[in-house]
Amino acid sequence: MSPAEELATCQAALAGALGEAPTVGGAAPDPAGAAAPAGDAWLEVPAARWREACRAARDLPELGFDFLRSLAGVDRPEAGRIDVVAHLFSYRHRRALVLRTSLERAAPELDSVAQVWPAADWHERELWDLLGVRLRGHPDLRRLLLPEDWPGHPLRKDWQEPAEYRGIPTRREARATAGELAKQTYLAPRGLGRDPAGGQPDGGGGA
Amino acid sequence: MSAAGDRPIIEAGPEGGFALGPLDGLLNLARKHSLWYLLFGTACCAIELMQTGGPRADADRFGFLFRPTPRQADVLILAGTITYRMASRIRRLHEQMAEPRYVIAMGSCANTGGLFQGSYSVVKGGDLIVPVDVYIPGCPPRPEALLEGLMLLQQKVEREPYLRKIRGELPLPADPWPAGKECKE
Repeated sequence: MSPAEELATCQAALAGALGEAPTVGGAAPDPAGAAAPAGDAWLEVPAARWREACRAARDLPELGFDFLRSLAGVDRPEAGRIDVVAHLFSYRHRRALVLRTSLERAAPELDSVAQVWPAADWHERELWDLLGVRLRGHPDLRRLLLPEDWPGHPLRKDWQEPAEYRGIPTRREARATAGELAKQTYLAPRGLGRDPAGGQPDGGGGA
Repeated sequence: MSAAGDRPIIEAGPEGGFALGPLDGLLNLARKHSLWYLLFGTACCAIELMQTGGPRADADRFGFLFRPTPRQADVLILAGTITYRMASRIRRLHEQMAEPRYVIAMGSCANTGGLFQGSYSVVKGGDLIVPVDVYIPGCPPRPEALLEGLMLLQQKVEREPYLRKIRGELPLPADPWPAGKECKE
């Protein structure tokens, strides 16, 4: 079966499950198979039916996508959208599929699919951490890679890096003042910073 | 009989020999040959750190033994990329080490952020969070380079007026910041 036929099969099966056909996007596979497409074609489903579509992709016997290869997001500020892309693979049919959906960039929210593929758990935490997509129904939606008090979501294309994080300058040029910061203010609120007055046990040199 | 500078005279003899010198120098002789480092790494430099402790480079012969707890360690080797999430842990490990304590920045990431200087999540150099005594270039540095860095630290320890410091005649701790004259960067 050619890639184009496989995609058509998946589209038809998902259309049967959802009651509406997902649209084909991206580089459409060449029916003749002569020229390699620039990238994988995908099936776009409405965000409201994301979990339903994912569950159908896993459970329908003719689809059988039992393996989530990747779940990632794309920020498209010019369109005001954030896209979520899932790369699936079926061991039963030896076949891959790309599912995609699009969210409002101002308040991106999506149903979690961690109950469909447990592997989605950390992928979705990364989606929240780096792009700020809220996953409804996620079992444990905390940041995955960055500290809990991190400002914003850095894979948003309009994210601005602050001058410092908890007293650590984010640029190398600031080194001269950084020493003072490292000595005195860094983590001082948590009681980890060194005493600025220099009160160190010195074994007998005290007053 | 007088020692040259603060350095002890070491005489090897058939019955074992002796060392003679100022107490400061004798203490430093012992200290520089028992610099125990914390078994700690944050990225790929840690692989070279392990290799340095292995039989081929054999850091043990200089007295560099690894310790699995900061309470017994003298040297913190920053081996690898430091993320902001890791920065508070490194700072805490450093605070848990007893004085006198030393820090070696191993490799480009620990020196300046290295390859990841453009990244939002990487600290742009270990000296922004803890005072660094020796900088070792490389990505990663080979075990030979790390050994050289450790030997440079030995030279620094050897010259320290340690006794006067613990007597309180000199300020303690000897904070190498911001001088860092032993920089190799």
